[in-house]
Amino acid sequence: MKYDLPTKEGYFGDFGGRFVPEILIPVLEELEEAYNEAWADDTFREQFHHLLEEYVGRPTKLTYANRLTDHYGKAKIYLKREDLCHTGAHKINNAIGQILLAQRMGKDRIIAETGAGQHGVATATACAKFGVDCIVYMGAEDMERQKLNVERMRLLGTEVRPVTSGSQTLKDATNEAIRDWVTNVEDTFYIIGSVVGPHPYPKMVRNFHRVIGDETRRQLQEAEGRETPDHLLACVGGGSNAMGIFYPFIEDESVKMYGLEAAGLGADTDETAATLTIGQPGVLHGSMSYLLHNSEGQIQLAHSISAGLDYPGIGPEHSYLHDSKRVNYISITDDQAMEGVKLLSETEGIIPALETAHAVAYLDELMPKTSKDEIVVLNCSGRGDKDMGTISKNIDH
Amino acid sequence: MIKTDNRISQLFERHEGSEKIMSLFLTAGYPDPEATVDLILGFEDNGVDMVELGMPFSDPLADGPTIQYSSNKAIEQGITMAKIMEIVERVREKSDIPIILMGYINPVLRYGVERFCQDAAKAGVDGLIIPDIPIEESGILSDQAEKNGLPIIYLVAPNTSDERMRKIDKASQGFVYCVSVTGVTGAREGDEVAQSVQRFIERVKANVTHNPKMVGFGIKSHEDAQRIAADMDGFIVGSALIDTIREHYPEQGWKDEVFAFVRDLKYGKR
Ligand SMILES: Cc1ncc(COP(=O)(O)O)c(C=O)c1O
Repeated sequence: MKYDLPTKEGYFGDFGGRFVPEILIPVLEELEEAYNEAWADDTFREQFHHLLEEYVGRPTKLTYANRLTDHYGKAKIYLKREDLCHTGAHKINNAIGQILLAQRMGKDRIIAETGAGQHGVATATACAKFGVDCIVYMGAEDMERQKLNVERMRLLGTEVRPVTSGSQTLKDATNEAIRDWVTNVEDTFYIIGSVVGPHPYPKMVRNFHRVIGDETRRQLQEAEGRETPDHLLACVGGGSNAMGIFYPFIEDESVKMYGLEAAGLGADTDETAATLTIGQPGVLHGSMSYLLHNSEGQIQLAHSISAGLDYPGIGPEHSYLHDSKRVNYISITDDQAMEGVKLLSETEGIIPALETAHAVAYLDELMPKTSKDEIVVLNCSGRGDKDMGTISKNIDH
Repeated sequence: MIKTDNRISQLFERHEGSEKIMSLFLTAGYPDPEATVDLILGFEDNGVDMVELGMPFSDPLADGPTIQYSSNKAIEQGITMAKIMEIVERVREKSDIPIILMGYINPVLRYGVERFCQDAAKAGVDGLIIPDIPIEESGILSDQAEKNGLPIIYLVAPNTSDERMRKIDKASQGFVYCVSVTGVTGAREGDEVAQSVQRFIERVKANVTHNPKMVGFGIKSHEDAQRIAADMDGFIVGSALIDTIREHYPEQGWKDEVFAFVRDLKYGKR
């Protein structure tokens, strides 16, 4: 099965595209051209991979989780350790890629949106490293939930602008970042934090993260003498860590893939972020994808214990992979995620981010169906330090 | 092709002399659905030539604080697509003022493009402006719009290239909406608009040759409008109108204040 999406127009099947005001069209065309050129340029790729090695700390390890494996007594479980990236999550891969591109395009004012603060921190970090001005938009409610990350961004010299419109979370921070962008199109580069937004962002962000899956292939070959696992798991907010690890395996039909989205209090409640489980197609933030919206097309407030998954949309490529059934998308509740945090902490000595914990939690369902000669790879997208406040509030010891 | 009996094309055909056509943007359901009808009917007697009726969306990412506010208010008060159609129908019982529905695509998609175009045409809508549908994505809407005789008006912006302006001019029906400044909607200080706008206007004149040209974004007074629209067929005011409503609603006589503002916009303070 050959896979070469998106199309030239930025479509993954019915999803994606470029649903933006006219002002952004020339900007996106310029970005697309610059990106395509850069990605085809060996010098750019070398620069990118050099920074990933020397600064981000790549390749990240593929850790055999022996005690977690014993816990289930079934397939072997490996963890792709994105939590070991500088700043503590995969997000930095993309931030480094985009800032290199911004430099190449001569744009010296960087803006970004953030939910959990991980993408904000990653962008603030990259901007400090390159010595450029950075403004991060963050929902006022998220600033409260993720205080530590706000402090980190400020320490890195970034201006964090609280967003008080709408639900004061990630979607509103994204609206505000886009408003800044249309106002300052000339000198501003918008570093989007996931595989969302108008074309070419979903493709570009995916490609900056594909290093996760590319490394996994090589590392699995070394460890097990085979390049492909049987099962591949990743949590899905916008979907960047998942696309990063899925993409290099998409054409390998033997690899079963699972995207774990946030059910919040339950996919059948109003307090949920289970976009693919209960959403309907629509347009938000520049692309066509599944969305949580009411019968009038008004976007609904998402809920998840994890700020990074608290988003009523999802990257368009995931919508396509969902409809084409290449990836199974399953939703995980807040409570299940909390169990996932405990499980990984106690068995492997790794405190995962609450986002990552959604993927861990799915093991309970998946593992009994696996067999001993199979291999499971779970993308450990980030570490849990940033979530310790939320975790200690919700855990029962 | 736009039909000759379309109210928008008739407006531009009828129009002569140096007076500029004035189009006002008003959020449907703001300050409340009843008031929206009254305002539009009153506009007609106060020099307004055309109305852009905003379909509120929860995430208006091309709008500034003013239209975010009016959109939220309207949604809070339960505005729906069906109620928007009703507003148009009620205006149509008494008035032939051209009405354009303007808003983001998502509520239209959710309502159903076919149903939307049919209901809009039936209610008496004369055209559509969907700012997050650039010409490349028009396929999602254009067939049904065409089938129901609804012209789609496209926008050009200061950073639109000459070549692209010509393309947009070809695709647009009714007029071309010229966004005079980069940025979100919202009233601006006069200088901010004036400085950058002249070069843009020159390019619009050279490249938009099929359609009438309306200029908007940031206009808040008669003087702004006369200056910016000097070489255009007319101008569009939205945020400044909504700011005025917000200032006076629901005081006694608030509508008169709004109509006075509208008259001043068109004719200057007298
Ligand atoms: C550790 C971690 N994992 C996952 C996510 C979700 O984002 P995405 O779905 O784009 O990977 C976030 C977002 O902040 C995160 O911080």
